[in-house]
Amino acid sequence: MAVDDETLTTEDSRTFEAGLDALEAPTLSPRPGPGAVFLRSVLPPMVAVVAFIALWQLAYSTDLKPSYALPSPLDVLRTFDQTVRDGRAWDAISISVSRGALGFLASLAVGTMLGLAMWRSRWLRTAIGPFVSGLQSLPSVAWVPAAIIWFGLSDAAIYAVVLLGAVPSIANGLLAGFDQVPPLLDKVGRVLGLSTIGRIRHVLLPAALPGYLSGLKQGWAFSWRSLMAAELITYSPALGIGLGQQLNIGRELNAMDMVIASIFLILVVGVAIELLIFAPLERRVLRTRGLTH
Amino acid sequence: MAQPTLRPALQQQATPASSVRVTQLAQVFERDRPPVLDRIDVDVAPGEFVCLLGASGCGKSTLLSLIAGLGTPTSGSIEVTVGRPALMFQEPALLPWLTAAGNVELALKARGVGRRERRTEAERLLSLVNLAGQGRKRVHELSGGMRQRVALARALAQDSRLLLMDEPFAALDAITRDALHEELIRLWSEQGLSVIFVTHNVREAVRLGQRVLLMGSRPGRIVREWQVGMSQPRAIESPGVSALATEITHHLRAEISRHGR
Ligand SMILES: Nc1ncnc2c1ncn2[C@@H]1O[C@H](COP(=O)(O)OP(=O)(O)OP(=O)(O)O)[C@@H](O)[C@H]1O
Ligand SMILES: [Mg+2]
Repeated sequence: MAVDDETLTTEDSRTFEAGLDALEAPTLSPRPGPGAVFLRSVLPPMVAVVAFIALWQLAYSTDLKPSYALPSPLDVLRTFDQTVRDGRAWDAISISVSRGALGFLASLAVGTMLGLAMWRSRWLRTAIGPFVSGLQSLPSVAWVPAAIIWFGLSDAAIYAVVLLGAVPSIANGLLAGFDQVPPLLDKVGRVLGLSTIGRIRHVLLPAALPGYLSGLKQGWAFSWRSLMAAELITYSPALGIGLGQQLNIGRELNAMDMVIASIFLILVVGVAIELLIFAPLERRVLRTRGLTH
Repeated sequence: MAQPTLRPALQQQATPASSVRVTQLAQVFERDRPPVLDRIDVDVAPGEFVCLLGASGCGKSTLLSLIAGLGTPTSGSIEVTVGRPALMFQEPALLPWLTAAGNVELALKARGVGRRERRTEAERLLSLVNLAGQGRKRVHELSGGMRQRVALARALAQDSRLLLMDEPFAALDAITRDALHEELIRLWSEQGLSVIFVTHNVREAVRLGQRVLLMGSRPGRIVREWQVGMSQPRAIESPGVSALATEITHHLRAEISRHGR
């Protein structure tokens, strides 16, 4: 298409350019409605849950295991209902969640500072980077005996395990976030004449946010796991009964219904916090940047 | 940061003789290799549009970022008489967490423009690049050409008399590039900017520039220059542009072949 510029008025070329924009701008698929979301994302897991319970009931009815070892779904529901009614479930949830939250916040502070320090000092990073990454793959339950020897059967022992579990993920997440910042964006900050502080505030930190957030999400998952491992082993009347301790009581009483009800609660609370707090935060950050819909 | 120092004598004159004067500039990255830039002399008059042509890797980006103050030359001097230059990169280099307007506003903020003024000024600049009313869009909602125009608006927001452009349209298709050429020439003639435009597209250089500089590689030197006599606006497929482009291409090829022997 040969366009002779000299015959084009500014008005013509504006219309031409607007036409190009209309044709070329990426068309983003509209967000699916609630019906579509239900059919696509909610229904399949519901079907799976129903099928699972049906299989379980079948195993129970055919006496696959003695009934103390394999209670029926209804037995578990009754036990669960009981613990909810007499308040034990809420107590255990509030004890564990407040521990988890406090442990996570402490890990957040320590992990962020550690990550920043490792980012600022290449030497520190080379020195301890491999160990921090190594710690990330060490199951934190391995720290429980050590923590008990150092701190006794106390909250301090539990928090020590939680910190050792979560801090490496958070520090590494922050580092990964900084590493992902394209050098070009920092140059943009310099070309625009932003000060060092301005570049950190307006370019570096926002650019590192996605990596940091996924580190936080992983940090929470590790906090919760470490907390349960610690609670399961450090049982003492002084510590109160968290979800992990409740699970342990179930084992000692040989009460499978209580064990299953506790496992269920641990799962639900961990997933709920991830879904209610971290997932929306992450989705929002990614969506603004067009990294997901 | 190495902001070139201003010569007081130049500052006081009503119209300085040049917007930027590069004298005997050299840049060496690795000692055992030929200098990336060698004895470069470039003088750009106020309001002049200069195109810098050269093969891949000859040092065009290096030269431009030195002028932009993103580094210190090994030797030689760069005098920019018009304050901090604005720079447009080959990629749009927009901040993806900001809207189109947010990107433009950041440049205004860096200049210390107040919040309310930033808003209206960003809107004005966006309509200048034909993006009126698109300011609230996120970067990922824009096409390649629109992104490059937001980047242009952001560069204009720096309110510099000197605009440095590093292959800004290289990644765009021909039709979009044509439209942006028109846009750029309009802005340049309205605002009286000095422009240094880097490209390795010879026709683009002749379509846009008043003067075309050809750079050789290893060491990077200005080997030849042409005055483009034709007036703007001119079409990239006009016979005059084609003729001069053919001549320049001939020299560019000769320059590249030198390294094949
Ligand atoms: N920071 C650096 N350290 C070492 N070498 C560098 C550095 N920056 C650039 N170079 C080298 O300098 C040479 C010129 O690079 P430059 O990017 O300026 O070329 P260019 O002309 O812009 O190329 P292109 O057309 O591909 O963009 C290249 O050989 C490159 O490898
Ligand atoms: Mg380049």
